Amino acid sequence: MSKFTKKKGGEVPAVNTASLPDIVFMLLFFFMVVTVMREDDLYIANVLPLADQVEKLNKKHPVSYIYAGKPSRGYEKYGTEARIQLNDKFAEPDDIAAFINSERASMREELISFLTVALKVDKNANMGIVGDIKQELRKVNALKINYSTGKGDALSNVN
Amino acid sequence: MAKRAAPEVNAGSMADIAFLLLIFFLVTTTIPKDSGINRLLPPMEDSDEDVIIKQKNIFTVLLNGKDQLLVEDELMEVKDLRKAAVKFLDNGGDGSCNYCEGLKDARSSDNPDKAIISLKNERETSYGVYISVQNELVAAYNQLRNRRALEIGPQRGFRNMNFVEMQRNYKDVKFSGNKTKLKELIDQIKVEFPQKLSEVQ
Repeated sequence: MSKFTKKKGGEVPAVNTASLPDIVFMLLFFFMVVTVMREDDLYIANVLPLADQVEKLNKKHPVSYIYAGKPSRGYEKYGTEARIQLNDKFAEPDDIAAFINSERASMREELISFLTVALKVDKNANMGIVGDIKQELRKVNALKINYSTGKGDALSNVN
Repeated sequence: MAKRAAPEVNAGSMADIAFLLLIFFLVTTTIPKDSGINRLLPPMEDSDEDVIIKQKNIFTVLLNGKDQLLVEDELMEVKDLRKAAVKFLDNGGDGSCNYCEGLKDARSSDNPDKAIISLKNERETSYGVYISVQNELVAAYNQLRNRRALEIGPQRGFRNMNFVEMQRNYKDVKFSGNKTKLKELIDQIKVEFPQKLSEVQ
């Protein structure tokens, strides 16, 4: 007779959460593999434009980054015009020469000629500041530049 | 009384640890955007001002402060720029170019190696439009170089590879073909359609 009486109260068993850590660990490994530790905090707005004739930066060659754009929220005291950011502080075009020389001093001799300068400029910035950056780079003979963009339709930058 | 089964280790805190690590990585890392358009700036001393260049061999592209495009003194949309640049470069006006498929218009460029595209912008031009224009001009060169690569590639043993793929294969360590021959082919195509893009300031 005990085989036929219902002992359970009729509750639905709770969801087994033993696999939840597995899912979270998978997400964690994804992020550990795909991402890079952020080097600099950006004090400027930096939405990159899109282009389709893009090439990946060669990771084996040294790269220096120059950021430019309007100061983001919280840093309005630096103005509303587009500014240059080198490493982690604002800079003027005249500081670019010193920046490039210090980057070159910290890398090996034979790699200096492979230095590529990646210009990460906000898509709403003016060409005035970009022209100044390019002029300063020409003065220090850092001629390999790369306009950082995302991959996409270039015609959507026109708005 | 039935014996209770041995209690399982409570795995509830595993999820907490994993969440903490995940949040740490989400906050401190970024997905790198390391793609872009490679350009070479011209060196500072430019003393070759005395080279006589015919006006028809120069393709003027002007961007004004309101992001309007003036190509060869006519207003143009950015989406038409690629076709116009290809038409200019591929023209082969004086007949010396045997790989050009253009219209051979006498008012346009003579030969791709004499054709110069001159890009001028103003300080107020927005960077996004400048990049779109650069993109379209580089695309025009790549379109012509790709076509040429597909024409002469098979004779040298590189079938079904356009110019962009050739460059990518040359840089790829896993490529199994003859890299010296590939480099010669790439250099030949670069000589046939040189990127003479001058940005006067």
